[in-house]
Amino acid sequence: MSVVSLAPAMLKDNSPSASPITPVAANEAQTVQRPKSRSSRVTLGDDGNPLYVRARAPEWTMRVFAMLCGIALFIGAWEILSKTGGGRLPDPVSTWHSAVQLFSDPFYRKGPNDQGIGWNILNSLGRVGIGFGMAAAVGIPLGFMIGRFRFLSDMASPIISMLRPVSPLAWLPIGLLVFKAANPAAIYVIFISSIWPMIINTAVGVRQIPEDYMNVAKVLKLSEWKVFTKILFPAVLPYMMTGVRLAIGVAWLVIVAAEMLTGGVGIGFWVWDEWNNLNVQHIIIAIFTVGIVGLALEQLLIFAARRFNYE
Amino acid sequence: MGKYLQIESVGMVFETKKGPFTALEDINLEIAEGEFVSLIGHSGCGKSTLLNLIAGLLKTTDGTMILAEREISGPGPDRGVVFQNHSLLPWLTCFDNVYLAVERVFAGKEDKASLKKRTHEALALVGLTHAEQKYPHEISGGMKQRVGIARALSMQPKVLLMDEPFGALDALTRAHLQDELTRIVGETGSTVVMVTHDVDEAVLLSDRVVMMTNGPAATIGEILHVDLPRPRERLALAAHPRYMALRSEVLKFLYQKQLKVAA
Ligand SMILES: Nc1ncnc2c1ncn2[C@@H]1O[C@H](COP(=O)(O)OP(=O)(O)O)[C@@H](O)[C@H]1O
Ligand SMILES: [Mg+2]
Repeated sequence: MSVVSLAPAMLKDNSPSASPITPVAANEAQTVQRPKSRSSRVTLGDDGNPLYVRARAPEWTMRVFAMLCGIALFIGAWEILSKTGGGRLPDPVSTWHSAVQLFSDPFYRKGPNDQGIGWNILNSLGRVGIGFGMAAAVGIPLGFMIGRFRFLSDMASPIISMLRPVSPLAWLPIGLLVFKAANPAAIYVIFISSIWPMIINTAVGVRQIPEDYMNVAKVLKLSEWKVFTKILFPAVLPYMMTGVRLAIGVAWLVIVAAEMLTGGVGIGFWVWDEWNNLNVQHIIIAIFTVGIVGLALEQLLIFAARRFNYE
Repeated sequence: MGKYLQIESVGMVFETKKGPFTALEDINLEIAEGEFVSLIGHSGCGKSTLLNLIAGLLKTTDGTMILAEREISGPGPDRGVVFQNHSLLPWLTCFDNVYLAVERVFAGKEDKASLKKRTHEALALVGLTHAEQKYPHEISGGMKQRVGIARALSMQPKVLLMDEPFGALDALTRAHLQDELTRIVGETGSTVVMVTHDVDEAVLLSDRVVMMTNGPAATIGEILHVDLPRPRERLALAAHPRYMALRSEVLKFLYQKQLKVAA
């Protein structure tokens, strides 16, 4: 996923939160009937449609089976490539053994440039956490203001449209220049590349608040603070979470590249170091590690976002 | 009859991309305290626009509106609005939805316990005590609309404004809620302005039925006094000759005098 592809992803992610405005034509009779149907064999879902919980089990196993097939195919292809590639690509089994060895002692320290993979991952996550955290602290309030006030939106939109497509690494020289140190420069690159999805999604969320909700605020003449806490914030939360998720994704994507250039302890630098050592097994392990950590971050946020779905 | 709500030569012109569009013109109406008035007319004639003008969500481009001797200049909690699609906040429970309104109106004058009491009472009035802690998506459309009514009434508004409150409901639920509304208004003595496109609903519930001409530049065509005694019984009325006569008056207005060309 590149930074440029954010816009369509955002639109897609926003669709579920648009559902609060669809009128529901349910009727009273339905609610009365429900408990009756519950006692029979068929279980009813939230929408009143039968769920057939038991019938789902085979579908489940099919999906797991398909997943396993995919993984097997992937490892098979890798095995064949490693056998035919003139021995340059390590095979899955030796990579696995190397990974087991590597992860059996993840937290050793032998000088500044030779530390366990655990330390490298934690250092990268730390940079992402700080850069992303600052981006959220700035980007989310900014998004709210841009969404709420037309003037600010008109003011900001040309700048955002121009800066958003800039490759994150293009910011690195400026960071190095300003901070004169690698670590803050890397954090700053994370900051600047992960701030856009949060600004944009939050602003879009504010603009998409159904007019009905704002009419409630108007009719009740709620104070700005009540409007924010009772209407604006909860209504925007799902959009904001989408922005946060995209931002974390971008941040994790960028950190590897930034660390390759800046050095220090971190998964990106570690990859570069292993390349200099020509340890291809470790590079492959690093790729998987980066992928798995990214997946875990994403899943964590999807899980968190689900809590804010009101429908 | 007292003049509680006065609408004097009110007009509404929308600025559109194709130039100004006159939705309403020269609307004159006086509503007494405790009166139940419904607005009926073909779709697009400007019923919602008129209601939103009273609510203060729109600003008149012509004329004045006075409620209880004060000019209407914007929205405010002295006018309780029940929206067509309930407009409950999905992240708040039924209780909290109503409490938000109660708190807004009475927080300065009363302590928390009595605010809560008001909220419980409002929900009890619409028969939803059992659903207080439910979220809007957990209850049926009819129940949501009842919470909307409870929210509007909990503020003890001077007028209750309802825009096709039962339009999205099935016939049985609608009939049930109409009876509920009759009972509630009987208990509270509220002044009500209700938009509807349902002739039976208008005649059954109202003291007067205001019939609007087709837009653009819609205005009040005729006003029908519903002189049926209260309490009104749905079943007894169905065969009541006076009810039939009133009903056919409205139908005649809608389908002869204001026949909509190509709906
Ligand atoms: N904000 C607006 N801008 C322009 N035209 C509008 C606006 N709101 C309503 N109208 C127009 O005013 C007329 C009356 O609308 P409305 O009051 O919603 O009708 P009704 O509720 O009787 O169906 C319609 O022709 C509609 O297109
Ligand atoms: Mg309407």
